[in-house]
Amino acid sequence: MTKLLRYIRPYKWPAILVVLLTAGQSISQLYLPDLMSDIVDKGVVGKDIGLIIETGLIMLGFSLVVSVCTVLARLFGAKVAAGFARDIRSDIFKSVTNYSMNEFDKIGTASLITRSTNDVTQIQNAMVMILSMLLMAPIMCVGGIIMAVRESTGLSWIIMAAVAVMSVFILIVAKNALPLFKSLQKKVDRVNLVLREGLTGIRVIRAFNKTKHEQKRFDEANKDLTNTSIKVYRWMAVMFPVIMMVLNLSTIAVIWFGGHRVDTGDVQVGQLMAFQQYVMQIMFAVIMATMMFVMLPRASASADRINEVLKMAPSITDKTKAAPEAPLHGHVEFRNVSFYYEGAKDPVLSNISFVSKPGQTTAVIGGTGSGKSTLIKLIPRFYDVTVGQVLVDGVDVRDYPQAELRKKIGFVPQKASLVSGTIADNLRFGSAEASEEDMNKALSIAQAEEFVTKEKGGVNAAVSQDGSNFSGGQKQRLSIARALVRKPEVYIFDDSFSALDFKTDAKLRRALASEVTQASVFIVAQRVSTVMNADNILVLDEGHLVGQGTHRELMQSCGTYREIVESQLSVEELA
Amino acid sequence: MSNDKQNQMKMGKGPRRGGGPMGGGPGHGMPMEKAKNFKAGFRRLLSYLTRHRAALIIVIVMAVGATVFGIFGPKTLGNATTELFKPLSAQAEAYSNLKDALPDDIEAQLNDGTITIEQAVGAVAAAGDEQQTAKVMQAAAELQEAAELRIDFAKVGVIILTVIGLYLASSLFNFILQFVMAKTSQTIVYDMRREVENKLAKLPLKYFDGRTHGEILSRVTNDIDTVSTSLQQGLTQIISAVTMLIGIMVMMFTISWIITLVSMVVLPLSFIVSRAVIKKSQKFFKGQQVELGHLNGHVEEMYAAHTVVKAFGKEAESEEQFDEINERLYGVGWKAQFLSGIMMPLMHFLSNISYVFVCVIGGVLVINGRISIGDVQAFIQYSRQFTQPITQVAQIANVMQSTIASAERVFEVLDEPEMSEDRLVGNVPEANGAVEFSHVSFGYELGKTVIKDMNLDVKPGDVVAIVGPTGAGKTTLVNLLMRFYEVDEGRISVDGMDLKDMPRETLRERFGMVLQDTWLFGGTIRDNIAYGREGATEEEIKRAAKMAHADHFIRTLPDGYDTVLNEEASNISSGQKQLLTIARALLADPPILILDEATSNVDTRTEAYIQNAMIALMEGRTNFVIAHRLSTIRNASTILVMNEGRIIEQGTHQQLMDKNGFYADLYNSQFTGAATA
Repeated sequence: MTKLLRYIRPYKWPAILVVLLTAGQSISQLYLPDLMSDIVDKGVVGKDIGLIIETGLIMLGFSLVVSVCTVLARLFGAKVAAGFARDIRSDIFKSVTNYSMNEFDKIGTASLITRSTNDVTQIQNAMVMILSMLLMAPIMCVGGIIMAVRESTGLSWIIMAAVAVMSVFILIVAKNALPLFKSLQKKVDRVNLVLREGLTGIRVIRAFNKTKHEQKRFDEANKDLTNTSIKVYRWMAVMFPVIMMVLNLSTIAVIWFGGHRVDTGDVQVGQLMAFQQYVMQIMFAVIMATMMFVMLPRASASADRINEVLKMAPSITDKTKAAPEAPLHGHVEFRNVSFYYEGAKDPVLSNISFVSKPGQTTAVIGGTGSGKSTLIKLIPRFYDVTVGQVLVDGVDVRDYPQAELRKKIGFVPQKASLVSGTIADNLRFGSAEASEEDMNKALSIAQAEEFVTKEKGGVNAAVSQDGSNFSGGQKQRLSIARALVRKPEVYIFDDSFSALDFKTDAKLRRALASEVTQASVFIVAQRVSTVMNADNILVLDEGHLVGQGTHRELMQSCGTYREIVESQLSVEELA
Repeated sequence: MSNDKQNQMKMGKGPRRGGGPMGGGPGHGMPMEKAKNFKAGFRRLLSYLTRHRAALIIVIVMAVGATVFGIFGPKTLGNATTELFKPLSAQAEAYSNLKDALPDDIEAQLNDGTITIEQAVGAVAAAGDEQQTAKVMQAAAELQEAAELRIDFAKVGVIILTVIGLYLASSLFNFILQFVMAKTSQTIVYDMRREVENKLAKLPLKYFDGRTHGEILSRVTNDIDTVSTSLQQGLTQIISAVTMLIGIMVMMFTISWIITLVSMVVLPLSFIVSRAVIKKSQKFFKGQQVELGHLNGHVEEMYAAHTVVKAFGKEAESEEQFDEINERLYGVGWKAQFLSGIMMPLMHFLSNISYVFVCVIGGVLVINGRISIGDVQAFIQYSRQFTQPITQVAQIANVMQSTIASAERVFEVLDEPEMSEDRLVGNVPEANGAVEFSHVSFGYELGKTVIKDMNLDVKPGDVVAIVGPTGAGKTTLVNLLMRFYEVDEGRISVDGMDLKDMPRETLRERFGMVLQDTWLFGGTIRDNIAYGREGATEEEIKRAAKMAHADHFIRTLPDGYDTVLNEEASNISSGQKQLLTIARALLADPPILILDEATSNVDTRTEAYIQNAMIALMEGRTNFVIAHRLSTIRNASTILVMNEGRIIEQGTHQQLMDKNGFYADLYNSQFTGAATA
């Protein structure tokens, strides 16, 4: 938590103001019982109605001060906390956006999302609490003790005793109940898990006639959760009555022991009443403070997670801002490229070399984990090579500013991610200047024209988050069109035809071949039929380039390629 | 699956455990949800409570008792203070009586402190007014007497013991109340969860296919959780808040109706203020929720599309958009925070005003002898306690609304129409594996028929290949065969018996399923395979695993067959998962098999294993194969060609090729298309 305190710096003055206002509020609040004791000891005893009214007016004044201070403190506090959260959130988002794939893989998408949203909210709530409660508790506590001692030194031991009893008790409860709280969360998760499994596997469960079995599993989790919740709530059932009892007993103690001091004339009755109210205020401060200690660790865990994100620096950065002169166009070359994932012992790719010229199609084929996807991700510099060089248009990719390099590339990822907005918005993602005509052309090449025109509004039809209102195949075609709009020098299709049926796949590639004549095209695929016609086929096996050439050449020379082909096509088609 | 992950992610934020018993926090004015039919929902929720009538009665009695005993505390303790004050006030009384008796000039001297009381009395006697002297002498004697008055500690002791007794009783009652409520509310929630789970088991697949898992999950977790918290805390709060309001009011009136009325002036004010603040802050809370939703949406979207954002160089644009939303969130966020934050200080101010009123008017009344000092003290405590139930009552409406809204969503599940009852007409026929479709028509939605007048005769041992582009609705046949969905017209029979005349269990025993969407649960590999047949022996499990070519990889795992699959079964590869599902089907050994040949994300070597395992599995059964391999398709007894959810062609390979329709086209583009391109 302390590591994030630097985010408070821009709000130093309002934050200090909050502290001052809180102090003002607490002190004024603490002054009220003292004034009340004047009413009793001087006004009532002296039968001085004038004094009573006068003191009453002063009290009203102080109440007003209390409220004005609190409202202002809340005002500045809310602004500080919201601003604090806004700045952190913005920094996290910027950090993550600039992450390269390495950092992204390390933390994981789901976790990054939680850190950017939920964790920040946790921190913000903690900040609000710190500003409104944590500051007030010690001031109230210390101030309360000072005021109480002023009223009667001899009774201050009651405060000590009460605070001690209360703290010990709360600690005991916390020690017993907190582990229960944690296991409660686990048991809630367990119920969710069983339920989710039941939903995802519903067909299998019913097919295997296992409904009863699943019900039993759920019932066990349910019972377990119920028993733990009952235990937790029973601890709470003990806690609150005991706290109330301690509070009440301390006021009773004040009256009893204070009474004897009244008798000896050490204390006046009004002071006693004031003292009693101070004890109450001190105890509430103690309760609030302990509550904070329960809440803060949670926020601190969030703070740690956020810090991890902020501290992590992107591993891929720009060397220069200026775009280098490229001697070639639509040209890609790998020179003895090897690549290791960070911390991995074995290479994902080892010693890969090939060249792709404008108008050429290079296909990459191989089993899962053979490094196909990794290979093409080196071209837009999503990862940096460990050994060797990747050249685009004759320049090492590391010598480009990332933005300049990627401007040359039309990338179609494995998972067709669309963004919410309209179809046109998604296409313009590829190129902001794309005209209506450009878009229609791209859609037609991508075999998407037909279903897009069927949509209400055509290219202006809405796309929901993650493109969930389109089928897998439609999404892929849109994401291909997005790359086409860009008119890049290098096309990369990372297994982008998998959700298309064979017919559409073939049509699309045919249209593509006739349109793209000046660019290098890379196609990663699992289907032989998709890669068969490429000018150059790269066959990967566990990171090694075991064959390179046309379909015909490879059928002759490459065993691995033949194996893959045979598994997919029947013998008579191989010819 | 990816869709599912997303839900999981959204769900991952965890069920909101209300404020939780430790919570409290800034809960004022959370966005309110309106129940659709409050009265009906309330009554139905109440019916859950009345099942625990005894506990409920205890809870009500205890809540009332705890509050009542608690309320008597301050008033009684006030009597102790009054006792403490007695000697002092008697002295003050006597002193002022004396002063009244003195002539003005002597009183002035006494007030100035230039003469003592004895001197004053002497001065009056010297003046020679006998009547006045007697009066003064008596007053002086009374003062003497008052000065000797001591605090009656015996009496104070009794009062204090009484108060301790009252508070003890109140705390004890509170404890019993919470203790009983813990069990009752959690049992109700347990019952609700179980009811929903049992209900889900009776719902047709249509229900599940029609909504996201997240939506269903949220009803069982979040919604039931809301009900749980409300039951645990809300119910007792309502009872004690109401009792407290009435009780305190009664106590205050018995002390002094004047002060009560004066301090009551604040009451409607605080009610109005708290309602107004809640209403106002709700607007901002809603706005905050909306902006937070936008922000989360943007974050999720941009992170999921990280590769694309980078590839197209959209980082700056995405950041700009984020900052815009972030700024808006800040704008409504701090206002929501502020408004919910000022509730307390505002209420506090009002309570301070009434505190001052009580002090001043109480002081005056004490001087007049209308009430005692202890009453003032009690009053101060009462007026302090008063604001709490008021804020509670002001919020109860909101809490009730959202609770009933949540309960309604749970009830909605419970009220969904169930699957038809199982029935058995005649005797269960011998399991051979014959399947017949006669004049079957079916559609997921009314008027949208996907299967029209379908006839198909499958003999035991036949292979039916289902082909078509991805997303052609090949699962429809699975749905009908397994009776996940009911046919609209015609009949499907297995081994000569109409599916509808046979209990679902009997039907499903005859089928085995190996689908691409492998489903394994979090448990050991052994348990997952044994899922195929209840009471399978270790030997049978291993034999099935061997036949499925899974035994080898299982034994390479550190814990072998005892390896526990984690939540997403991500500790084994997807190909290995498929092998496990094949082993599971082998162990079940059904006469009819539904098989999806697709093997995606599998390396070539594992793919070969899977193919061999599938071939082993298909032997000696009737097979419905969602076919991807040419050899399967060509050798099939019947090919069903599907497109856009419908069966469009049906026949053997040769028949369909001769027909030169969709299948021929598909076949050509798939396997020879590349050559002609």
